[in-house]
Amino acid sequence: MGKGEYLMGIWDQFVDYVADPATWSGPGSFWIRLFDHVWVSVAATVIAFVLVFPMALYLGHIRKGSQAATAVVNIGRALPSFGILAIAFVVLVEMGAGVGTPWSILVALIALAAPPVFTNTIAGIQAVEPATIEAARGMGLTERQILVGIELPMAMPLVMEGLRIAFVQVIATATLGAIVAWGGLGRYIIDGFAVRDNGEILFGALAVGLLAIIAEFGFSLIQRAVTPKGLKVAG
Amino acid sequence: MIRLEEVSKHYPGAATPAVDRLSLDVGRGEFVTLVGPSGCGKTTTLKMINRIIEPTGGSIQIDGVEALSMPAYELRRSIGYVIQQIGLFPHRTIAQNIATVPGLLGWDQSRIRARTAQLIDVVGLETEMLDRYPAELSGGQQQRVGVARALAADPPVLLMDEPFGAVDPIVRGHLQREFLTLQHKLGKTVVFVTHDIDEAIFLGTRIAILNTGGILEQYDTPEVILSEPANEFVEDFLGGERGLKRLGLLPISSADLIPGPMIDRSGSREEAERIMSDNGIDWIGVLDGKRLLGWVDRVDLNASGLEGVEPRPFAASLSPRSTLREALDAVVTGHARIAVVVDDGEYQGMLDLEVIAEEITE
Amino acid sequence: MNSVLGQSAPLIDWSWVERNMDQIVDRTWEHLKLTGISVGLGLLISVGLTIFVLRWRWAYPSITGFTGLLYTIPSLALFALLVPFTGLSDTTAIIALTSYTLFILIRNIVAGIDGVPEEVKEAADGMGYTRRARFWKMEVPLALPVIIAGMRIATVTTVGLVTVTAVIGLGGYGFFILRGLNTFFWTQLIVGVVLSVVLATILDVLFIAVQRVLSPWAKANT
Repeated sequence: MGKGEYLMGIWDQFVDYVADPATWSGPGSFWIRLFDHVWVSVAATVIAFVLVFPMALYLGHIRKGSQAATAVVNIGRALPSFGILAIAFVVLVEMGAGVGTPWSILVALIALAAPPVFTNTIAGIQAVEPATIEAARGMGLTERQILVGIELPMAMPLVMEGLRIAFVQVIATATLGAIVAWGGLGRYIIDGFAVRDNGEILFGALAVGLLAIIAEFGFSLIQRAVTPKGLKVAG
Repeated sequence: MIRLEEVSKHYPGAATPAVDRLSLDVGRGEFVTLVGPSGCGKTTTLKMINRIIEPTGGSIQIDGVEALSMPAYELRRSIGYVIQQIGLFPHRTIAQNIATVPGLLGWDQSRIRARTAQLIDVVGLETEMLDRYPAELSGGQQQRVGVARALAADPPVLLMDEPFGAVDPIVRGHLQREFLTLQHKLGKTVVFVTHDIDEAIFLGTRIAILNTGGILEQYDTPEVILSEPANEFVEDFLGGERGLKRLGLLPISSADLIPGPMIDRSGSREEAERIMSDNGIDWIGVLDGKRLLGWVDRVDLNASGLEGVEPRPFAASLSPRSTLREALDAVVTGHARIAVVVDDGEYQGMLDLEVIAEEITE
Repeated sequence: MNSVLGQSAPLIDWSWVERNMDQIVDRTWEHLKLTGISVGLGLLISVGLTIFVLRWRWAYPSITGFTGLLYTIPSLALFALLVPFTGLSDTTAIIALTSYTLFILIRNIVAGIDGVPEEVKEAADGMGYTRRARFWKMEVPLALPVIIAGMRIATVTTVGLVTVTAVIGLGGYGFFILRGLNTFFWTQLIVGVVLSVVLATILDVLFIAVQRVLSPWAKANT
């Protein structure tokens, strides 16, 4: 079979898959998987944020965050998401969680999302000019007022950047959840692979890809919205 | 108003203290400049007054109250602070920047608005700038906002750390003059750090010359320091041309002006000739009543007198508030070795080298 | 569910490790091979693309966009999609892994070259360097720290991604992770994860050392 025919074959499979009503309804429906994929991604990002944001704010404010940020990034990079997923899965199942649950992928995704949020928050806070902080201190703002009123608003663009990077990575990596019998959009890839239905695989890949693009776009809109006007004016 | 008693700052691990038991008094309404070479502790001293840097020894009293007896942030809300890099909050408008301390003190909105509008005018900026952001302003404009922001809650004391250092010399000159006028009007007590001795002389009612380690070498008025430097260090620091610098502090006094060779516009040719030969010169000054019009060269006079002759403006022109140094400079620059003194167009008299020399030796 | 922990068996069955040492070594080679070839290939392609971009700047955003897009494709999906074309082979993994390195490497190489201070280039020109000599003797050496940092990041990331290739029959240490997962055999699982992390860390440290040696003038900041 020539390459061209191969491709056409895949395309046909894809069209078949899209046309099949079973794809869109029932327990394995696209909507359920999409929903699962999205809520787990959102939850992981939010939880990661809640876990690391306060510490990042503190370390950034006292200007001791650089080393921690570097360490976190390096460690995070060296830990394979698949590895964390596997360990979390086995631990959780031992502790009684069911097999098809999202908790193990959630743990792995939180570990994935934490470093970008942590690092970018620190970078954002520490990027505020020392003169601005000194002027604020000299005027009598308390440390807390400086953090919340000056450093945080100015760090917003970078904080959002970190969230964006984290979220998009999480969406892509949530596909791994299918390896441990969870759902999400990765299901199409794993199942399709098992039965050599390339149309199904393509469907899953496209779905995740589109989702990631939408997330990127949505986030850049949010980023623009939360950037304080004074910073935008500076260009 | 501000009393430093044996104030020290010793950084851990440093061999010698940055500031070693400095004692200094600043009176109410005084403009004290702290000058000295790098590392003399002038900035450290300033920053100890509002505890941006915490002293390791001694006491600081502001208006009788011990500075260390309250939380630092509370102290700072009653002291205005202006730094070289200005430090405006980029994410807030000019109005919001100025309103910071009043907001912290809980003023109500209408009072804050009124105060902001008043201050933007006081520092010489337009009201429409209130809604702009710092990034849209030039360096000079930003520093004016910095000053307005420091004055917002009407603190009795202003601390300034080389505030005009980051702008170009022309703007700096303007800012210095305007700020001095402002301080006279408002009667604020100012402690001002600079490394520029000329700025210190121009602005300060008293100058504190500091040596490494915060050692106070001399603390007196500019006139006294310039005419009687306490020691070699002060002499060196004042630099050359000390005499000229002193002249910059002395105003020309009207009593010693000479009337000069002047003639009214309506005067005749004979009169002009007579005045010129009496003085041994080839030119004559022309008045219109009390107003000074300029001068005319002998060869330009026509038969009747000054009709139709356009007087040329004097190159060397001073105001009654000019300093002797400016007078000397004018006289040296002009061709005729004289300088005219004009008050808002009205002729006051003339100075020549002889008169200036007399003033100097007084 | 059988609970391995329920028994008094230790977490790691060292005898298993002993018995399967040759397999562990095999998988080590597999992991290194896949990582090395992918990053190496990625570097070659990136250098080529960079030279292209330096000449035709306008292409940079498109190239960044494209490689960024590739990077966003979930590894699982890319592996699975390539299988019909290149089978369950090393080739499949290498194609996918290489494309992931492109985004990181191009960005760093270009940033490194761009990061050379203008003054240095101007001084070199002023002394009479030809453009080519200036590029290879000035710009490349000065860009080296950033480039190596990029290779470091790409390598460590790839080590992590190689584990995912276990689903298409490869995996390097990922093989142990997947097997351990499917059979609930702790030892295999832990061995797989730990070895991946150790490998990633060793390579990370190695690259940092290389960076220091090749550019003694650069401040170490990462």
